Amino acid sequence: MSVPSEYFVALSAVLFGLGAVGVVTRRSAILVFLSIEMMLNAANLAIVAFARQWTVTGGVHALEGQGAVFIVLAVAAAEVAVGLGILVAIFRHRVTTDVDQLAEVRA
Amino acid sequence: MTDAFPNAVSVVALAPLVALVGALVNGLFGRGMREPLAGVLASAAVAVAFVLSFVAFVAYPAGGDGYRYVFAEFLSAGELTVDLGFLIDQLSLVMCLVITGVGFLIHVYSIGYMKGDPGHARYFAQLNLFVAAMLVLVLADSFPLMFVGWEGVGVCSFLLIGFWYEQRANADAARKAFIVNRVGDVGFLVAMFLTFKVFGTLDVSAVRAAAPAMAYGAPALTAIGLLLLVAAAGKSAQLPLQLWLPDAMAGPTPVSALIHAATMVTAGVYLIARTGDVFAQAPAAAATVAWVGVLTALVAAVAAFAQTDIKRVLAYSTISQVGFMVAAVGAGAYWAGVFHVVTHAFFKALLFLGAGSVIHALGGEQDVRRMGGLGKRMRVTGTTSLVATLAIAGVPLLSGFFSKDAILSGTLTSSLLADSGGPVLFALLLLTAVLTAAYMFRWYYLVFAGEERLTAEAKAHVHESPSVMTVPLVVLAVGSVLAGYLGIQAFIGRNLIAEWLAPVTAAVQFDHLSLGAEWALVLASALAAAAGLGAGYWLYHVDKGRTVKRLEPTPAAVLARSGMGFDAAAQAVLVRPGESVAEGLAVLDRDLVDRGLAAPVAAVPLLGRLMTLWQTGYVRLYALAMLAGAVAVAAVALIAGVLR
Repeated sequence: MSVPSEYFVALSAVLFGLGAVGVVTRRSAILVFLSIEMMLNAANLAIVAFARQWTVTGGVHALEGQGAVFIVLAVAAAEVAVGLGILVAIFRHRVTTDVDQLAEVRA
Repeated sequence: MTDAFPNAVSVVALAPLVALVGALVNGLFGRGMREPLAGVLASAAVAVAFVLSFVAFVAYPAGGDGYRYVFAEFLSAGELTVDLGFLIDQLSLVMCLVITGVGFLIHVYSIGYMKGDPGHARYFAQLNLFVAAMLVLVLADSFPLMFVGWEGVGVCSFLLIGFWYEQRANADAARKAFIVNRVGDVGFLVAMFLTFKVFGTLDVSAVRAAAPAMAYGAPALTAIGLLLLVAAAGKSAQLPLQLWLPDAMAGPTPVSALIHAATMVTAGVYLIARTGDVFAQAPAAAATVAWVGVLTALVAAVAAFAQTDIKRVLAYSTISQVGFMVAAVGAGAYWAGVFHVVTHAFFKALLFLGAGSVIHALGGEQDVRRMGGLGKRMRVTGTTSLVATLAIAGVPLLSGFFSKDAILSGTLTSSLLADSGGPVLFALLLLTAVLTAAYMFRWYYLVFAGEERLTAEAKAHVHESPSVMTVPLVVLAVGSVLAGYLGIQAFIGRNLIAEWLAPVTAAVQFDHLSLGAEWALVLASALAAAAGLGAGYWLYHVDKGRTVKRLEPTPAAVLARSGMGFDAAAQAVLVRPGESVAEGLAVLDRDLVDRGLAAPVAAVPLLGRLMTLWQTGYVRLYALAMLAGAVAVAAVALIAGVLR
């Protein structure tokens, strides 16, 4: 028998938590991005784990989970492209990627 | 009563629809039309309506008791069911013929009168809409549907009085007419409520059939009658609701002719004639109607003397003449009232159109003190106006003589007025007839005869009106002469209109007069006309107006000029207290409501400032807040899942 699903889910939760902490604590926009990617992939891991579990216990060869992960990957890639573009634009103006410096919208 | 199978008579039911289509076409597409087209279309629509009415009139079996033509259910609630239907009988057919016949002539005249007015398409749309509403009013077989027409003509009257709404005075006059009419409308509504309570139906025919079975003088009938009188007084400008009509002259003159003289103001007379069976059982209400009519006739005739505006004289004259009609229907002489509606429609429409022709010729001058001698310069207008003046004065062999005589003898001999001073009413009406002849002589003399007092500008402008305006005048003049022969008193010849209306109007007992007395009455009414005209001739021609000039500053003359002070009274009794109440309420609004709301209003920005504290601009704080929110949602979901 292969690795039980609980392991995957636990790993996913740990990765997600690390990512969340990273988003909140890191000030560099690049690292915030990195953390977001980590959270996304944590979610992806959970999804494929559940999809696999579905095949094992239900005997159904379900592909919805895998399909969803591909969509998430594609969207994440697009989002990174846009996000990095914005970051580059901000850096050109401000010569910094510190998100705490980017607080002009304060009321 | 027959439920009408579609037959030749029922074609008249299409007449309102035709007029409505005319109104819609002109109202929607009139802006793009070139000048005479809108007027021609509108006139054609009314002409078709007239032909339909005439076909129905010819096809109508003499002595029939009416057809009902029901299209659909109008409304239904509990025990109340009202049909959407028309009642086609002798009375409604006569009214239809007058409305569409006189209406058609006035439409044609308007083509000339409104030439060059930028709003002429709107004018014709509203005029057609008025005809449609008026036809619905007279054809309706139930009180609610009649009320639809009743309000419809009120709206059209409002729109047309304020037709030149850019001027404040015109808009004010329109509002005044509408508001005073609302008072009458309340009477109509409450009369309907009471009718339903007493009779259990709002069907006109059913009410008419049920009324004679009620006790003579039953209080409920008297109450319904008095409320109907309030309604009639509003629409027909009777005391004390006559205030609006003189101001209604702010509208274009053909409107005054059609709406405020020939048709709409006779709606009240029609209403009372229609519900005559109720009044025939309620002598107190009938006598009140007669008294209101007679007093209105007298008061307005006095006021007409002192007016200097060519149209206001005619407006007061209209109030006075409608007072005659109301007196007739109050006396139970329903045929005489309707007869006077018919003859008056001819000669009063003619008088107004003649006045319009004069105003048109003088380039907008309306003051009779700056007129005079126009008969020579405007032959057709002058001659036809003379015919109308003599007709309204009651000169024998012209139409007004016959109808006025019928009303006089009706008030004298009616059993409904036996205990309420019938002879006094008769005497007052006779006096009013003298006054009528005198003030109408004054009107004609000041406008068309005597020396010219035109301004130089008007003198250069004066001309006879185009034939599109004078031909209707001639046709109306012919009608003003001949219409009277429809109702020759029965002791002389055949009274066509009384015979025609007899099957559908309530039967009221009249004392039988000896032949000598009948002739004495005729002589009295002829003498009244002669006396009035003679007095006018002496005052204005022989005396050259010297006596009149001496009397002008007296309080009595000032009172008459102001319309007998009713406007001032209304101002003091109604308007000013109303304004005080409004001012009091304004204080409440300002000091209680507004101040009271000030505190909550001030709290709102405070709340807003509190909310802005969150907007720090730190992305990481937002992310944390999101995370906390997500965790909270997850926690709630988990706890809820566990609890379930």
